[in-house]
Order: sequence, then C-alpha cells, then structure tokens
Amino acid sequence: MMTNPTGRLTQGQFSFLPDLTDAEITLQIEYGLKKGYAWSVEYTDDPHPRNTYWSMFGNPMFDLHDAAGVMQELKACRAAFPQHYIRMMAFDSTRNVETIVMSFIVNRPAQEPGFMLERQEVNGRSLRYTTRGYAANQPEGERYKS
Amino acid sequence: MNAPQYSIPGSTPAPMSPQQETTPERADPTAGARSVAEVLVGSDVEAVLRELDADLVGLVPVKARIRDIAALLVIDKLRLNLGLASQAPSLHMCFSGNPGTGKTTVALRMAKILHRLGYVRKGHLVSVTRDDLVGQYIGHTAPKTKEVLKRAMGGVLFIDEAYYLYRPENERDYGQEAIEILLQVMENQRDDLVVILAGYKDRMDTFFQSNPGMSSRIAHHLDFPDYAVPELLQISQKALEQQNYRFGEGAQAAFEQYLGLRILQPHFANARSVRNALDRARLRQASRLFADRDRVLSAEDLSTLEAQDILASRVFQQS
Repeated sequence: MMTNPTGRLTQGQFSFLPDLTDAEITLQIEYGLKKGYAWSVEYTDDPHPRNTYWSMFGNPMFDLHDAAGVMQELKACRAAFPQHYIRMMAFDSTRNVETIVMSFIVNRPAQEPGFMLERQEVNGRSLRYTTRGYAANQPEGERYKS
Repeated sequence: MNAPQYSIPGSTPAPMSPQQETTPERADPTAGARSVAEVLVGSDVEAVLRELDADLVGLVPVKARIRDIAALLVIDKLRLNLGLASQAPSLHMCFSGNPGTGKTTVALRMAKILHRLGYVRKGHLVSVTRDDLVGQYIGHTAPKTKEVLKRAMGGVLFIDEAYYLYRPENERDYGQEAIEILLQVMENQRDDLVVILAGYKDRMDTFFQSNPGMSSRIAHHLDFPDYAVPELLQISQKALEQQNYRFGEGAQAAFEQYLGLRILQPHFANARSVRNALDRARLRQASRLFADRDRVLSAEDLSTLEAQDILASRVFQQS
C-alpha cells in the first residue's frame, strides 16, 4: 500500500496542501514578521527526513519589516536552485524559545521519486529497517534534473 | 456534509467550502467615490497636510511637492473607481540644501507621510550612510547593500550624504557597485520602497553629473532653501517651547539681532545654528542663576532666557 499516493515530500507546515502561491507565501512571511520572527531560506537536494540541516541561502534576515525583502531572497534562491527543495524558516529569538518556529517547503523538484524502505535481515528473524531516497543515488547536484 | 474540505495534490480538487464562496469582498468605503471630497472623507490625507503645515517652518517648495503627491493619490483613487488604469508613481527623492535646512527632519517625516497616504506599506525609515552600503573588500559590497535594501522594504531608505557613494578619484572604489544595485532596485521594486538621497546642493549636483542614471531615476529633486531671519526666529520659538523655555523681556529682540549678525558669519548652519545658539544661551542662563546662591528660584526664573544671556555671545563682541 502506498502511504503517500502523490509521491510528494511531506515535511514542515502545509506540506499536504497544494503548493503555496507566492501571494500565500507572502502572507505567511508577513504573519511571521508581525510576530517578530527572523526568516531564512534553506535548500537541499537530499530530502531524507533525518537531513535536518539544509544549506543556508544567504544569511538569516533580521530586522525586516516587510515580506518583499524575504521574497526577493526566495526568488534569488529559486533562480539559483530551480530543481532543489527550498524551505522558509522562521526563527523566534524570544529568550528561552530561541528556535525555529515555522518551516515550510516553497520549492520542489518536478519529479520526486520518493524513498525506498530497505529491510536488512539480522540475527535470525530480526529485521532492521532503513529508508533511502531514490534520488540520493546520484551525486549531489545531479539528483533532480528538469 | 461529510465531503472533505481538503484535497490531495494531484487528485481532483475538493469543492470550495461554502463559507469561502459567500464571503463578500472586503468593503472599501471609497469604492464608489466620484469626487475628491468623497475620497478625502475616508482617508487622513488632509490631517497629514495640516500637521505638516503646523509643524514645519518655511520649506514652501517641499510642502508644495508633498501636497502634489497627496493630490495624485486621491486622483488615482478616483481613476481606479472609473476603471482607468493607473501606475504607482516613482517617489524616489533627492533632498539638497545647505546644512541645517531640515533635510533629515523632513525625511523622517516623509516615511510617516507616505505611509499614511498609502504609498508605502510599513512606513519605517532606514537611515544609512556610505559605511552601511559599501563594503571593505571585493564581494563585500553587494550583500551589504542588499541587506540594507531588504531591511528598508516596505518603508523609506534614507541615504544621508549620498555623494560619498561615488568617489571619482578612486576608480576601484566599491561605491559604484552599491550605486548599481540601488539603481536596479529603485527601478524594479518601486512599489516596495522609496529611496531618499540627501546632501549638500553643490556636491549632489556633481554626484548626479557623474551618475546620470541615478539622476533620471529620481523623480523629485527638492531644494531646501535657506531660512530667512523671521523663519529662524519662529524655529527658535518652537524649539524653546519644546524644552519648556521662553524668551524674557527683550530677549527675543536680542536674539533677532544675534541672528542678523550670525548669518553673515562663515559656517552658518541655519536651524542647527539656532539650536546651538539656544543651547549656549541655556548654559549662560544656568551659570547666571548658579552664581546667586541664596535666591529662591521660581519656575518662571528657571524657564526664562534673559536678554543678557544672549547678548553675552561672542558674535556681539566681534562686531
């Protein structure tokens, strides 16, 4: 049985929804800015769920007042990595929070082959499971072609 | 009833929720307006203009330009109601004038004014100089300038002493790079931010001569005229009121006389010189009161600048 019939990566917020439009992304960023979050843009081409730390595109954007600045950065990232996963992250610097509070994917490759579940038989009838992205077979930068 | 309100991407879309369908568009009070008065009722354009007149002394050309910009906003609204297309005007400005003519003060206000008129979304002001835009080594300038521009989005970017950006004597100067990025954003993201350059008149003229692209992208070149003595006197009154001081008997006449002499001297910086002169008068008043140890001082004593406080100035001794 396929648990993810659309074959799309589901990480972060809104990932079961259709892709957000730029207007919708702007509204989300606006919401975060109103809360005082600092936005940043990150990208990767290894979507494995344990790949927590993606590459930063530029610096986190502190002291912004308007979503236009963040969108500008996102557009630059899309132009540079059109076939990568790109996500927006909002950092809350409140004392004792100091963590990412919002994160959602805003760009994905055209083809997402998904993950393979590998079963390793060990110690008699025991099984060890591991997931492996099909795309990760290729070297970095060649994983998703348009 | 049990139909899902969501849809899985790639599958057939879920029907629109009934709530969404019936939500009326947000009512705009001026949507049906056909006359200027009708638009003005729903906005605070007039309040902005009145405040501007009341708070700033002189500066006639500046006020006139702000009035024009406000008028355009109202007319654009009327055009929109009749279905005529209108484009956001280019609002980048250049403030040029002698020291102390109020360039920075007006720029600070301009952000608020443009926000209340609805030309910028957030209405904050990011004030920068060359140091904030230009980097120290190759490849440092572009990220630095972009960072500043991103911070200014939705508001006003105020570049003080903008002519320092361009250093003709050093052809490898990174200022040129900052100017190019600025130009690009000024052209492409006109709705997102307004850039205001400020500087002394003669040096701004040279700056624009060597950067024709910059000059043509700035729609409003505002000259800040020097203040005349009556205007300076008015400014001094306002400044004193703000600090809870007032002129005593004969002090105002003395100050007028002082201004007449001070204007003729070199390095006269208009309103800034007035402020400095008043600060020095306050110092003299303080030491005058300090000298009289046993006197009981009333509130009036403490807030009055006497003629002697002003006449003790160096300006009178020289002439």
